[in-house]
Amino acid sequence: MDLKISNLEVSIEGKKIIHGISLSVAPGEVHAIMGPNGSGKSTFAFAVAGHPQYKVNRGKITLGKKTLTSLAPHERARKGIFLGFQNPVAIPGVAVGNFLRTAKYSSLSGRKPDVMKLQKELIKTSQRLNLGVEFLDRFLNDGFSGGERKKAEMLQLITLAPKFAILDEIDTGLDVDALKIIANGLKNEVKRGMGLVLITHYCRIFNYIKPDCVHILKGGRIFKSGGFSIAQEVEKRGYEKLTL
Amino acid sequence: MPRRWKRGGMKNSLFKAKKGLSKRVVEQISWHKKESSWMRKLRLKALGIFKTKTVPTWGGDLSQIDFDDIYYYLKPAKQEFDSWDKVPREIKRTYEKLGVPQAERGFLSGVKAQWDSEVVYGSILKKLKRKGVIFLSMEEGVLKYPDLVKEYFGKIIPASDNKFAALNGAVWSGGSFIYVPRGVKVDLPLQAYFRINAQKIGQFERTLIIADEGSFVHYLEGCTSPIYTSNSIHAGVVEIIVKRNARVRYTTIQNWSKNVYNLVTKRARVEEEGIMEWVDFNGGSALTMKYPSVYLVGKKARGEVLSLALAGANQHQDTGGKVLHLASETSSRIVSKSVSFKGGRTSFRGLVKIMGDATNCKTSVVCDALILDNLSRSDTYPLISACGDSNKVEHEAFVSKLSKEQLFYLQSRGFSPADSEVMIINGFIEPIAKEIPFEYAIELNRLIKLEMEGAVG
Repeated sequence: MDLKISNLEVSIEGKKIIHGISLSVAPGEVHAIMGPNGSGKSTFAFAVAGHPQYKVNRGKITLGKKTLTSLAPHERARKGIFLGFQNPVAIPGVAVGNFLRTAKYSSLSGRKPDVMKLQKELIKTSQRLNLGVEFLDRFLNDGFSGGERKKAEMLQLITLAPKFAILDEIDTGLDVDALKIIANGLKNEVKRGMGLVLITHYCRIFNYIKPDCVHILKGGRIFKSGGFSIAQEVEKRGYEKLTL
Repeated sequence: MPRRWKRGGMKNSLFKAKKGLSKRVVEQISWHKKESSWMRKLRLKALGIFKTKTVPTWGGDLSQIDFDDIYYYLKPAKQEFDSWDKVPREIKRTYEKLGVPQAERGFLSGVKAQWDSEVVYGSILKKLKRKGVIFLSMEEGVLKYPDLVKEYFGKIIPASDNKFAALNGAVWSGGSFIYVPRGVKVDLPLQAYFRINAQKIGQFERTLIIADEGSFVHYLEGCTSPIYTSNSIHAGVVEIIVKRNARVRYTTIQNWSKNVYNLVTKRARVEEEGIMEWVDFNGGSALTMKYPSVYLVGKKARGEVLSLALAGANQHQDTGGKVLHLASETSSRIVSKSVSFKGGRTSFRGLVKIMGDATNCKTSVVCDALILDNLSRSDTYPLISACGDSNKVEHEAFVSKLSKEQLFYLQSRGFSPADSEVMIINGFIEPIAKEIPFEYAIELNRLIKLEMEGAVG
């Protein structure tokens, strides 16, 4: 079941930002989206997740045979789409563990949850992300360091086990150790069959997780698509000098 | 929570005073309670004061109250029971709906439940009795411990305090009388359940708690009520004496039916190094006016008022707290959180006064209002007065709307818009909710979810 975006056109408050993007991601594939600031990368991510302020004027988002384009954000999430936020907002008073349990239960849609098993998994995952058990008692993204925020996104991803994840700069502001931990976590998810779209500015993360396909975004369009070598070219020469 | 109790209620009341307030009604109440003349005189004096006092106009709209259209006393058919087995089935069924037996099985150490205007069921663990703790209905307190009651009754909140305190002084019925001896720590909360169950019956409970030196007690009242169409008043009075080095926590979780005027006067006097904590949840009612107060009379005494208000359609929660620093090195904290939605209104009134010769006092007032839609409203009326340089005063007030960013974040994790909203609100109230015993906190969360239905635009 592929995640297919065809000819997507998106505007914010009447201003067109994305001018027709098409992209197809298969389960277990890793796609990278790179591009200069303001090229529409985050807009693309928000639009796929269904943010109400991002209007889809034209085009289609499908997951297998299901069309997602007109679904509410929570319905897309329940179908298996996960958005990793560049700047996740704080939810004071809501503990990470509680939040994840509730989120997981609502995704089970009526099936009885195994409370003990989930708790054990949460603890295991936190430890794998080098977060410590007490992290589950802290309020979601409230007073988190940059690294903790990214790890919290990762903890949610692993717990919710989506079919496809679009991660907006999950690698920004991480030290080498944290980057490695997150990349390894992602690799595991990809191995189980998750399709991944990595939005990034840097090739650093590719040292740990290799993209099958790299897309360069410019002015709201995919300017160039290809293999890993494009990313290397960007790193060497910058976007300006990149040619078709 | 209140909806499933709509059908409750007891028909076979033994005695119902005539509608309206008169010397005769007050005397009847006193007679039914077999009171001595000193209490009857107190009642009649309060009635006189009630007649001279005007309805306060500085807060919510009280103009619709018709004092002549209210029954001031109703004596239920059955009196108190000292064990659950002796409680009649009809009453048990209602309490089952209220969740009392479960709660009792859970961890109650003593139940004092109010049936209409009378306390009908009470049990005290023998352990408490052995420690010398007195936990009775106010009526029993008056009969069995007249000297103790005389010493404190109406001393913290005199009838002249306000019109509704005077009204309570005249017609009070039910409530608890608690005395905790020196050095005794009551480790489980003492609980009381209140309920308005007959149409137009006001509830005028009177509670007096005396915590002797070095003692501790946590008193908890869960108030709920079925829904009726005509207006009724709840005008309770709670007086607390916290002696040297003692600590009292008083928790209220109440959800009156939407036609009730909830006008309660609560005050504690705290002696040297004593601590008073009010934890107050105000939901339900048409109008609540309640500002638990603390008078810090002894050096290093401490007072806290944590209040939480929830106002939906046609509701006005006018709440807050009041602290008087009458001695040096006293400290206080008022934390108020409110949520208004579907056109509801919340008002916060915070009054802190550090008296002229008190030095090195500390106070912090935080008021935090969440408004869910454009129909709803929130106001803040803080007043802090302090003289002298040695006192430390902090005040913060926030008003916020539900953040779209937060809503989208939660929805992107699979929460429906309604569930996302409830989650944000539960997070918002967490600093207060965490102070409430666990099973009540869960009930509170459910209540919020119920009240929020359809609140999302």
